[in-house]
Amino acid sequence: MSYAQRQERSGWLFVSPWVVGFVGFLAYPVLASLYYSFTDYSVLKKPIWTGFDNFIQLAHDEVFWQSLKNTAYFSLFFIPLSLILTLGLAMLLNTKVRGMAFYRTIFYLPSLVPQVATAVLFLWVFNSEHGLVNAFLASIGINGPGWLTDPAWTKFTIILLGLWGGGNTMIIYLAGLQEVPQSLYEAAEIDGARAWQKTKNVTLPMISPVILFNMIMGIIGAIQMFTAPFVMFPSGTPAHSTYFYAAYLYDSAFRFHNMGYACAMGWIMFVLILVLTMLSMRLSEKHVYYGGS
Amino acid sequence: MAAKVSSRRSVQTTVNQIALIVLSLVCLGPFFWLLSTSLKTLPETVSQHPVWMPNHLEWQNYKDAFMFDSKRLGYIPFLYYARNTIILCWLTVVGTVFSNALAAYGFARLKWRGREIFFVITLATMMVPFPVVMVPLYTLFRSMGWIGTLRPLWVPAFFGSAFNIFLLRQFFRGIPFELSEAATIDGASEWQIFRTVVVPLAKPALAVVALFTFLGTWTDFFGPLIYLVQQKTFTLSLGLQFYQSQDAGTHWNLLMAATAIVILPLIVLFFFTQKLFIQGIALTGLKG
Repeated sequence: MSYAQRQERSGWLFVSPWVVGFVGFLAYPVLASLYYSFTDYSVLKKPIWTGFDNFIQLAHDEVFWQSLKNTAYFSLFFIPLSLILTLGLAMLLNTKVRGMAFYRTIFYLPSLVPQVATAVLFLWVFNSEHGLVNAFLASIGINGPGWLTDPAWTKFTIILLGLWGGGNTMIIYLAGLQEVPQSLYEAAEIDGARAWQKTKNVTLPMISPVILFNMIMGIIGAIQMFTAPFVMFPSGTPAHSTYFYAAYLYDSAFRFHNMGYACAMGWIMFVLILVLTMLSMRLSEKHVYYGGS
Repeated sequence: MAAKVSSRRSVQTTVNQIALIVLSLVCLGPFFWLLSTSLKTLPETVSQHPVWMPNHLEWQNYKDAFMFDSKRLGYIPFLYYARNTIILCWLTVVGTVFSNALAAYGFARLKWRGREIFFVITLATMMVPFPVVMVPLYTLFRSMGWIGTLRPLWVPAFFGSAFNIFLLRQFFRGIPFELSEAATIDGASEWQIFRTVVVPLAKPALAVVALFTFLGTWTDFFGPLIYLVQQKTFTLSLGLQFYQSQDAGTHWNLLMAATAIVILPLIVLFFFTQKLFIQGIALTGLKG
């Protein structure tokens, strides 16, 4: 056997587990899910082709729109807030303050906590009668709101939960900031640039690809937000104010056994992610700086 | 002029320091409440006046969290959860490292027809969110009789995943090809080159994959929620919610002790592998 033939054979042998995984756990499920989304399917019975029925039904489903609205509301506040806050933190850490590694550890720790544990912990920290937050507010004379019971506050509580676990994003920013050549700052200083001018004209353009990356990851994560609202607010209580898209999708499949409906929702989620990702790439084209290329 | 600039700088440094201290305290607040509550008595958790620090540290809570068995709330087999989680993490880490290292080697260091196109398809699949494939996977595992067992959660790990293949391929390509050529001339097979040349040199990247797979499995909630049925097969992440009681009032001190037990191994792991963690996040973030 020639060298090239041997490479050919070994190549397929080495990737063969992935070929099986790709076909069995990805390609087949993707195609099957596309098919199911056009059917009435409950696992127990064979799927029945119903054309666009699931999608038409979704368009008239108030709970669907409510869950989509909740998710959009959460994303619209959470993504910008998280991008700005974690960038601010990373820039603070990048100023060569004393104890940088210490603070970095503190800010990263919350993102190590499993989201189900964060959810349980926040149920207690934000408990309106016995929680830490309202106890602290009361000690300075403020009557804290019902973080978990008042529909006007519940989404905000989840946003805070997301921000608390933002350490990953901060570390990615920090790595980006550390790659900005020091010479650029020195040149700006010689030109007499103030701190905010350096931020605006050196830092932000240089790390713009990292900002875009974090934004896209933020979009993908926010649309799929599931665990925390699911654990903290069963069935989206109070008043469906915390019923998120992914939770309704889960319920459709495993509580209402409406598998075809759930697949249709899954595909809508996929299309949403694709469109928003492409949109953010397109809209940011002029503002993102990719080195020499 | 110089004095003015440097005094402005020192003011700025002080402001930065204060900001960092305040933000750290906010960040640590929930951790403080977790530990403090986990060492309180039940009346202390719900007293009219908030108890910041318990009078007497109730270490018994940690023991009770493991042995939770109240007639009213039902038995919570926490030790089973812990055992299941450890078994599951072990299997997924082994499977993920092994299968992805193999596939990445095939994509990075061997020439075969269809390699480029298959790699592009592999990359494209990274965009597919789990809810899209959730239902067919569930039916597939159901038809195999795997629902209610840990198998749907670890068997797929032995068959690779797009993101890890991508990550390892980048790393494998950076290993000098002269090393492989020299080994080939010495008569080594591809398997031998993989084992004795590439894998030893790729240990940092494999460690990153192992670390994040462990973390992902330990914290996963959605997978166990879908596939597991009986309490005794649950993982820690899934089991934690049972300490919350809808009707009888939650034993917050025990729930917080249980939560601390779930979090603690991750924090210990982080302190031992801090450098790898930070590098890994930067690597997956900047190159990914």
